[in-house]
Amino acid sequence: MQITGAQALMKCLTEQNVDCIFGFPGGAVIDIYDELLRHPEITHVLVRHEQAAVHAADAYARVKGDVGVALVTSGPGATNTVTGIASAYMDSIPIVVFTGQVPTTLIGNDAFQEVDIVGITRPCTKHNYLVKDVKDLVPTIREAFHIARSGRPGPVLIDLPKDVMAGKLTFPEPAPVQMRTYRPTYEPHPGQIDKACREILKCSRPVLYIGGGIIASKASAEVTELAKKLNIPVTMTLMGLGGFPGTDTLSLGMLGMHGTYYANMAVANCDMLIAVGARFDDRVTGKIAAFAPQAKIIHIDIDPSSISKNVKVQVPIVADCKRALADMNHWFETTAEVDPKAVAARHEPWISQIKEWKTAHPLGYIEETGVIKPQFVVQKLHELTGGEAIICTEVGQNQMWAAQFYQFDKPNHWMTSGGLGVMGYGFPAAIGAQMAAPDKVVIDIAGDGSIQMNIQELATARQYRCPVKIAILNNNYLGMVRQWQELFYNKKYSATVLDVAPDFVALAKAYGAVGLRATTPSEVEPVIKEALATKNTVIMDFVVCREEGVYPMVPAGKATTEMLLV
Amino acid sequence: MRHTLSVLLQNKPGVLSRVTGLFSGRGFNIESLSVAPTLENEVSCLTLVTKGDEAIIEQITKQLHKLIDVIKVTDMAEHEFVEREMALIRVKAEAGSRAEVLRVIDIFRGKVVDVAPKSYVVEVTGSPTKIKAIIDILRPIGIQEIVRTGSVAMTRGVK
Ligand SMILES: Cc1ncc(C[n+]2csc(CCOP(=O)(O)OP(=O)(O)O)c2C)c(N)n1
Ligand SMILES: [Mg+2]
Repeated sequence: MQITGAQALMKCLTEQNVDCIFGFPGGAVIDIYDELLRHPEITHVLVRHEQAAVHAADAYARVKGDVGVALVTSGPGATNTVTGIASAYMDSIPIVVFTGQVPTTLIGNDAFQEVDIVGITRPCTKHNYLVKDVKDLVPTIREAFHIARSGRPGPVLIDLPKDVMAGKLTFPEPAPVQMRTYRPTYEPHPGQIDKACREILKCSRPVLYIGGGIIASKASAEVTELAKKLNIPVTMTLMGLGGFPGTDTLSLGMLGMHGTYYANMAVANCDMLIAVGARFDDRVTGKIAAFAPQAKIIHIDIDPSSISKNVKVQVPIVADCKRALADMNHWFETTAEVDPKAVAARHEPWISQIKEWKTAHPLGYIEETGVIKPQFVVQKLHELTGGEAIICTEVGQNQMWAAQFYQFDKPNHWMTSGGLGVMGYGFPAAIGAQMAAPDKVVIDIAGDGSIQMNIQELATARQYRCPVKIAILNNNYLGMVRQWQELFYNKKYSATVLDVAPDFVALAKAYGAVGLRATTPSEVEPVIKEALATKNTVIMDFVVCREEGVYPMVPAGKATTEMLLV
Repeated sequence: MRHTLSVLLQNKPGVLSRVTGLFSGRGFNIESLSVAPTLENEVSCLTLVTKGDEAIIEQITKQLHKLIDVIKVTDMAEHEFVEREMALIRVKAEAGSRAEVLRVIDIFRGKVVDVAPKSYVVEVTGSPTKIKAIIDILRPIGIQEIVRTGSVAMTRGVK
């Protein structure tokens, strides 16, 4: 039986277990939208800007641990997705973005709403396709999902010309994807595992440094087992938060530019750094020559190009993090003459040293009477949600305070645009997260600047009854940039004062959402409680200490031990 | 250091721009590049000459591997190999210098492939150093135009 391209697309989505997509229509995808009406099993979330569709799909993927999907029209619809795609690419999030395209006969003619989106997104997708022949449609979609979710995950874009969607084909039988050129390495080399474990036996001051790869490979249990078995402290990158319980005594919290004092001290003084699913980003390493200068480095990553890119490592292991860690755990349990308890005991002096650092400079802030400290708001959010909420963030100080003070104990509860740092990510992400987990409390910890970058999504949240909570840490500044200007540009606040700001409470009301405001510390708890008790979308406007800074801070390009402290 | 990389590619639309985009986007340099079909219909071979220290070459190789359409990357520096390039050179050849030009071409085993009243077009093939040598020698006589193919390379011995 012959079916249309649009019908085949729907069948493919079902085949890939897609039950929710985020999109925005237009002429080039009108056939697809028409077909969508006949598929009530697929929920379509109509966003109000295509960038939001991609961020929502990104967060949906993070919560579900599977591929997120966005659908947009050609031309401006397609170009509006670029920021979202680039963010997913930097954070290795599996999404598939379908863009409409002008009919194949018009491609290259500067047709109305034609843009070479495949060319534009080539450097920010894991792979992308233009489907020119309806015969290729189904194999291409299958391949795209396979690429997005396997190996180091990432975004894949498929450009769909209008005539291809209307063209006829016979739907090919489901078949496993076989690719000649793409076969990620999942299994670690046993020799390298042995070498790594023997190096760990020789060290006395180890640190586990874990990143987003732990989340992507679902390796929290394995890394927790290794850390506990051998008594190794764990620090997390921004993307790795929740990979290891943040409230555990072995947790050092986040490292790097706004990392904890003790995480940065531990890395600077360790003699063994076990990097797992992390990529030695400049925000983590600071001045590269001064990063973990005394350490031998073991680096586990599924992407060979991440290994020895910024820092030379002694034991590279190309593998799925989960499998490599499981093999290491097994090695320590079963290797003759190796006693994990003795290894753990040997690390005790190191653990004591770390305790001293923790006591000397805990994460903190200075309280001021009558003024809401933004960190206090995050602490209260943690307390009143029992640490169980899914937290999305915007970018800037709000993001860093969320990372520092909401101690994540579980993976897949933390959504932030880590690599690209996209202001405007958090709110659409919260909508995506809420669609994936309707029963969860989902909070966007926001800045007053960032929230305005995708504020139009209030309509989406309302339309799909997403009871997302937005907590604006309102400092009336582009705070993070202002902080740099305060510290390094003589307090010259060029273009960082938000002179005109909306009344966020009234704005919420205008969309039929609920708006609440707290201006004193005593109002914080009641506002949060009321928000959590509300079934509707809520904006909480916390008027916070305007010139509060994020500390510790490692000035750009400095060694991570050169921290500015509270 | 100069490295010659041989890259086998799936012959898909846009594949060349994936490779060149990777080089420009990551700030790697391309000294020469040539690409043509292989024995297999769907596979092209791209020979690329680049410069960089060991760490950079390692990154280039890994990043190339990461491209979905790349089948295989060989760094010729890890093998015994032959490398050849062809150049077409339009050189001034007037009454006084014709004999001299022909002598030089002969030494380099080049061929005159086009003759005009006051110039020859010379075809010469060889290693990049040989091409450089003939250019250096012909330059004082008067080179009007050069077109080069860029290097192609193959490992020596049995496969
Ligand atoms: C799309 C985008 N544009 C610009 C920036 C640069 N930037 C980083 S943080 C920041 C300030 C954010 O202000 P706000 O949302 O109010 O957060 P705050 O730092 O005040 O908490 C800016 C402008 C960015 N990250 N993303
Ligand atoms: Mg702000």
